[in-house]
Order: sequence, then C-alpha cells, then structure tokens
Amino acid sequence: MTAVLADPLAARDHARAMAGTVVEAMPVLPPVANDLPAGVAADDLVWEETIAAGGYATRRLARGTRLRLIDLRGDACASLLVFNADMPTERLNVADTVKVQWNAYLDAGKLLLSDMGRVLMSIVEDEAGTHDCFCGPSTPTSNARRYGEGSNSGAQPSARDRFLLGVAKHGLGRRDVHPCINLFKGTRIEADGAVTPMVGPYAPGRHVTLRAEMDVLVVIANCPHVLDPRDDYVVTPLRATAWRGAATPTDDPIRNATPEGLRAFQNVDDHFRR
Amino acid sequence: MSDDPYLTGLAGEVTHDVVVPARAPWLHHVPAGATLRIVDLEGNQAVDFLLYAAADDAERYSAQDTIAAQGNLFLRTGSVLRSSEGRAMMTIVASAVDYHDTIGGACSCESNTLRYGHHTKSQHACVENFLEANLTEGRGKRDIVSNINFFMNVPVEADGALGIVDGISAPGLTVDLRAEMDVIVVVSNCPQINNPCNAFNPTPVRMIVAA
Repeated sequence: MTAVLADPLAARDHARAMAGTVVEAMPVLPPVANDLPAGVAADDLVWEETIAAGGYATRRLARGTRLRLIDLRGDACASLLVFNADMPTERLNVADTVKVQWNAYLDAGKLLLSDMGRVLMSIVEDEAGTHDCFCGPSTPTSNARRYGEGSNSGAQPSARDRFLLGVAKHGLGRRDVHPCINLFKGTRIEADGAVTPMVGPYAPGRHVTLRAEMDVLVVIANCPHVLDPRDDYVVTPLRATAWRGAATPTDDPIRNATPEGLRAFQNVDDHFRR
Repeated sequence: MSDDPYLTGLAGEVTHDVVVPARAPWLHHVPAGATLRIVDLEGNQAVDFLLYAAADDAERYSAQDTIAAQGNLFLRTGSVLRSSEGRAMMTIVASAVDYHDTIGGACSCESNTLRYGHHTKSQHACVENFLEANLTEGRGKRDIVSNINFFMNVPVEADGALGIVDGISAPGLTVDLRAEMDVIVVVSNCPQINNPCNAFNPTPVRMIVAA
C-alpha cells in the first residue's frame, strides 16, 4: 500500500475521481434517451439502463408503463420473470400463457398471464419474433457443462442464478423463481415435440415493447440461452427503457383481440376495483 | 404371485396402493429407488403431477429444465424428470402411452374463468388440489410450478397452435416412474370437466408404490 492510499482522504479522492465514468452497461440517472417513440415526453421516461452481457436488472413498473427491450448487438437473451408487485405470490404462469392463448409462440398482441387469471403484461410491439416459452433459464449446471464453469461469481453466470439475486432484492427466494420466458432467443417446436433452438446471432437493434397491465416487478437476466450450442459464452448487452403510459383503455385492440384475453383484462380491472 | 394385472412386473414389495377418486388430491413420499406406477383405470384421465425433493422442498420439478435437458416437449419412456437445480428426480421407466404432457400446466379456478367463462369460477380445479395437499406439509402458492400431466395430449402444430385434445390413453394403461432421489409426489386427479383432457368426465386412478 502506498503512503498516499493509506490516507483515508486520499482514498476518498481516488474513489470520487471515478464519478462520471461512462460505460456501456449502466443505468442512466436521471434517465435520458434520445430515441423515445414519437409522442412520448422525455419527462415520462422512468428507466434507462443497459444490462451487461451476463448481467441482470430488476424494477418495479406501474400499471400502464411501457418497457422496451433492445437487443443492441444481436446476441442478447432477455430471460424474464414477472410478479404482481403488490402480491408477489401472483406471478407469470408460462403454462397458462400458452394454453389460454392456444399458441406456443410469443409475438405482438400476446399476453403474459399470471397464475391468478390476470394479465401481467402485454406485448405491444415485437420486431424480433424469436422468443421461447419452454426451455427456461440457463442454470449453474447447464453452464458448467457447456462452459466449464457457471457460478454467479464467475465469468459465465447463469440466468437462474441471476434470477435468484434479482428476486432476493425484493425479499423473495428460491421458491419464487418460477418458469420464465426468454425474449430474443427462440425455439421452434417440431411435430414430434423436438425443440429446435433459434439463437442467432441476429441483426443488431431488434426490439420488443411490453406494457404493464398491473403494477409489476420484473426481473431480467441477460445470459446465453440454455440451448445455445456455441462453445463460447456468447451474449451481448441488452438495453431497457421504460416510460409512463395510460392504463389500457376499454377500446384497446389487444385487450379485445380474444375472448380469453378480454376476460384476463376484466379480471385485472376487478383487481384494481378498490 | 398376485393375479392383479396392475402389479405385474413391479419389483419388490408393494408399500402403498390406493385408488384416488375422481377429482381428488394425493400426496406420498417416495424413497429413492422405489417405483411409482400410475394406472389410468377407466382411460382418458389426466393426472396432474408435481414433485419436490424430500430433503429440500425448495428444489422441485422443473418442466423447463426437463424440456431443455431432453430437447423435447413430450415425456416418454426414458425421460428424466429434472429439478429446478437440474438434478434427476424421477425417470419414466415404462409407459403404455406414447407420450405425456408437461407444457399444459394445471387448471385453476382463475384460469378457468379465462378459458371457459366466469361461470366456471366455483368449480373444483387442480391448483386447489395441489394447494390442499401441499398445505399439509407447509408448502403454499409459491410452491406451485408448471407440472406434468400424465396421459394428457397437448400437441403443438406447425403454426404454434396448441391445445388440450382428446387423450391417447385407454382403460388400464400405466406409467412407471423410478425415484432417483427421495421425493414428495403431489397429484391432482384432474377435476376438469370443460375440455377433453378427461373426456369431460373425471374418473379414478390407482397409485401403486413398490420398493
């Protein structure tokens, strides 16, 4: 230790000198984004963060908030958990999401359904089209098998371990890490049930926009898809942007697209009837 | 030697043998190495099935880990049922039915309101059974995850169309599972009357454990 750094005030100055450093993967506070959609006021921006390759983020989003995720360089994988923020025992139910909507694939207009018969979020825009409801997160075991190492503190952390850290920050634990969806990395289901991974890499800049239909907690892990066949741990940064919006009106086309979905919205309305 | 055809081929002593009535729950601790046989007594009955590690019930069946590990949605003879920690919990060692479902989940009062209308809210549902059985051992709603549906048929079409269709089971067909660790098995003998998973008519199943 140098004499200078033995001095607490010098250590303070050294630490303070780091302030203002800008890197790619970081939150922007207060949030600033130069690519908000037309009609969205800068004042309504509530979250601007680039999630590192192998990283994670978690956030509470109010009803009506739009969450846009951008696969900046074509190799992000946004594994997503969603909870009712007021009652986290209510959470995303992947089985109900595919079963109630009579379809295995997520795209624009689809709903993310909870295990209480309500819609947590809806997909208002999707220019990716490669998403996965079936394979879940990568795990310490799957990462160790493919990359040789998969611990949370190592260089190849898994989405499941990222989820555990994310939920823990809301006071939740292992029992709360439920089946997830994977955005940007897809699967195709063959007639015999075989799962074909579709992991790209894809063109940079593809995005998905979700709308919170109730107050939600989201936990997002950005790690390689569990069935990514590449030997290297390939994943690139994921950008998250969220802005305030109105709760979904009764004439919304997504709300009214199917009788099952409409009842999910009616059940949400009932939840907010206080 | 028993002349009960449903005991044929089971190794060891029968330690548990009950008929679970239509619509009812069932919970049993199955030790490592034991075999559980499920008998679809009258055919076309969906058996909703969850598993927990006896040593640590925060480790539980993971449909997604199971699908990812085998690269296929369908559970067949040889399929290994994986936990949320990626470990082998049970193996399907024999099945008289070609494949079983693990993407369709369980019916609940709440999801029934979406699928069929709010008039079905008061009907008994699988999640009620899962909760009733699990609550006896201190597990609650956080412990309900995507499950297996033995004897249930959920095909996925090329365009992604998916739904529970008429069963591929028949009276007396069986599936045998070998426990790879000490597990807690929780079953809902599905009460669903609004879709073909039970031919609109729930019927009893028989659960036999041999070790």
